Amino acid sequence: MMKPHRRNRLGIILFITVGLSVAIGLTLFALSQNINMFYSPTAVANGEVEAGTMFRIGGMVKDGSVNQRQDSLAVRFVTTDYVHDVPVDYEGILPDLFREGQGIVAEGRLDAAGVFQASRVLAKHDENYMSPEVRAAMQQAGASPENHSFRESPED
Amino acid sequence: MIPELGQFSLILAFCLSILLGTLPLAGAAMGNGLWMSLGRPLSAGLFVFLGICLFILGHAFVTDDFSVRVVAAQSNSLLPMQYKLTALWGGHEGSFLLWTFMLSGWILAVSVFSGSMPREFVARVLGVLGLLCASYILFMLATSNPFDRMAPVPPADGADLNSALQDIGFILHPPTLYMGYVGYSVVFAFAIAALLSGRLDAAWARWSRPWANVSWAILTIGIALGSWWAYYELGWGGWWAWDPVENPPLITWLFGAALIHSLAVTEKRRVFKSWTVLLAILAFAGSLLGTFITRSGLLTSVHAFASDPSRGVFILGILGVSVGGALLLYAFRAPLIKSEFGFGSLSREVFLLANNIILVVAAASVFLGTLFPMFYQALTGDLISIGPPYFNLIFVPLMIVLAMLLGIGPISRWKKTSGGYLRRQLGRVALASLALGVALPLIVLLEISLPATIAVALALWITLTIGRDLLVKTVNKPGRWQGLRSLAYGYYGMQGAHFGVAVMLVGVALTSWFSTETSVLLRPGETVALGEYEFRFDGSERIAGPNYQADRAAVLVTRDGEPVADLYPELRVYLASGAPSTEMAIDAGLMRDLFVTPGEIRDNGAWTMTVYVKPFVRWIWLGAIIMSLGATLAAADRRYRKLARMRREETVAVGSAGERGGLQPAPGIGS
Repeated sequence: MMKPHRRNRLGIILFITVGLSVAIGLTLFALSQNINMFYSPTAVANGEVEAGTMFRIGGMVKDGSVNQRQDSLAVRFVTTDYVHDVPVDYEGILPDLFREGQGIVAEGRLDAAGVFQASRVLAKHDENYMSPEVRAAMQQAGASPENHSFRESPED
Repeated sequence: MIPELGQFSLILAFCLSILLGTLPLAGAAMGNGLWMSLGRPLSAGLFVFLGICLFILGHAFVTDDFSVRVVAAQSNSLLPMQYKLTALWGGHEGSFLLWTFMLSGWILAVSVFSGSMPREFVARVLGVLGLLCASYILFMLATSNPFDRMAPVPPADGADLNSALQDIGFILHPPTLYMGYVGYSVVFAFAIAALLSGRLDAAWARWSRPWANVSWAILTIGIALGSWWAYYELGWGGWWAWDPVENPPLITWLFGAALIHSLAVTEKRRVFKSWTVLLAILAFAGSLLGTFITRSGLLTSVHAFASDPSRGVFILGILGVSVGGALLLYAFRAPLIKSEFGFGSLSREVFLLANNIILVVAAASVFLGTLFPMFYQALTGDLISIGPPYFNLIFVPLMIVLAMLLGIGPISRWKKTSGGYLRRQLGRVALASLALGVALPLIVLLEISLPATIAVALALWITLTIGRDLLVKTVNKPGRWQGLRSLAYGYYGMQGAHFGVAVMLVGVALTSWFSTETSVLLRPGETVALGEYEFRFDGSERIAGPNYQADRAAVLVTRDGEPVADLYPELRVYLASGAPSTEMAIDAGLMRDLFVTPGEIRDNGAWTMTVYVKPFVRWIWLGAIIMSLGATLAAADRRYRKLARMRREETVAVGSAGERGGLQPAPGIGS
């Protein structure tokens, strides 16, 4: 028979252990369900991504590629790492700093025709700032970002 | 010439901080009273010289001295005066100077309001803070000097402040957030001083409590300001994005909330001592982590400053040495700390323990979600991101459990509470909140909504248990009013902050669940309906601002044909940088916000825009304000001041030369 305060202590330790295990389990489960991979246009062109998987793509908006429908919010543009191109469809309002020649990250899925159907398009609030993802994508593709004039917006 | 004076003053501040970081600590170790007494004057000197630095940099901004690099990078002669001044913290160097200045302000505050503490303790606290300050100033001098000049020829005009920052939110949010963040350095220094002296007693907890409360109160406001600013400036209708730079303040805030509760247990019951120390270290680590993430450019975020790897390494060094050293000290000292263990499995201690576990698990999961992409990339080379669903999946159940316990904790008793007592006190309250939680949303929405029911029931549960507890606390007093007056500030502060939780909970739940939005293309005269509101676009006009040009749209919102609000969203172009900026228009209300984010203008005069209806969103920030006021009120409790007064009287009686040991709890002050 344990002394009452020992039993209390054991109870509290059990309570902490069970609580923490549940929490860790829940956390890991939540984590595994919510990982979004990031791919460069080259990786997508090489078929590394299956159609229908949610992922992020990042690259430059190709010059002259933005095709805005005049009568709706639908827009089609091409994202590029200067090695491969991936067309992107989006329906909605593009961010302030979305411009041709700027880096963007889009979130969505690839459709059967190989067009990226974006549910979200992100552009950074500082035009001198390049997202590390886009930079890495450019480097992976062998295109050094420094060789391209992404640091200057078209108006400059 | 003037910026060089700033540089000189920064170097002087560095020398002072080195002295502050060494002499009082050495004095405390060797019992040298003179060295220990240097802490206060050195703190004042540090504050003055860092203040001069800040003033001189501010002067350079106000007078458009574009020969100073940061002024040229962040300001412009067209910038309105309030933004010229605040452009100081629009970049890495200036904001770090502000951060360091804030630290010196906290150091000064400690040196002024520490009259009640023993000399050795104050010397150690100031010494630890001095070392921290020295490392920050060294960081500035070595990698990010705000007084650097543009060589050889200064530009004719500056590059302008980022247009997204030209806003009242930018004036308020960074200083408040920094102030709260840096406050945790003080709590950290208290913990280190206590570890160094080996006296982790109730007195240490009592001294720490007001500082932990005030830091938390300011941090709460700082985070809320950031959330409010992002809500109306970034234009996507959200108030929290789980952005990697939003998360460290939240981590610090969660640790800080856990610390406040754990300090209460340590002071009142002398248990959880080593746990409390650990929380103080973790809260401080959270604040440094925030600095590291923002300034290293390692993670993608809207907040990232232009990055420079050497800065990241330096801050990581500061983080490693201070937190690593603290943990090492903790590992050596913690086994020596004896906690009495006298509480039952149903007692206030246990409820506070549960509170701490939930808050720490929440903080740890935010930490994991924030840094996981970085670890993953380091291990596999793949780039990933963790979406908001992860954080929501963890947070929602944890906060529901926390809110349920929050009703029980304050009414339970220290040491041992019987289940029967809790049932008697809370049984009817629980039934009432459940019944109203089902009924209220049903009456308003005419349908059963589980999220609304949970939120309303939990908020009522918290509120009603506060009321119940007030009744219990005053039942034996001769008159109710007298009873209420006899309760301490600390008690009202606690219940006030808890009520803030209830208010915020309603806001978070209802706005997350019932917000609606739609993106449309509207020609002048066209209408879009959203819920019970109609938004009519009445055309646009070109207007000129002080340093921008804008197209302004007029949108009339009606409900059942009655006008509700006129909204004027703008599409601005800033003249200096050519940067575009969208300005949303909001009609704020206690029960709902209506707002319009403009997109772009088509050739035929049509606008794209997103319109939102966001119910109860104001309650989120209202809850934060109430929480913050509660924490401040608790810090103003009479017993902290009473203690200070007694201590001063004692000092006068004993004389300042006498050796003073640790403070014993003064009679009549406990609970």
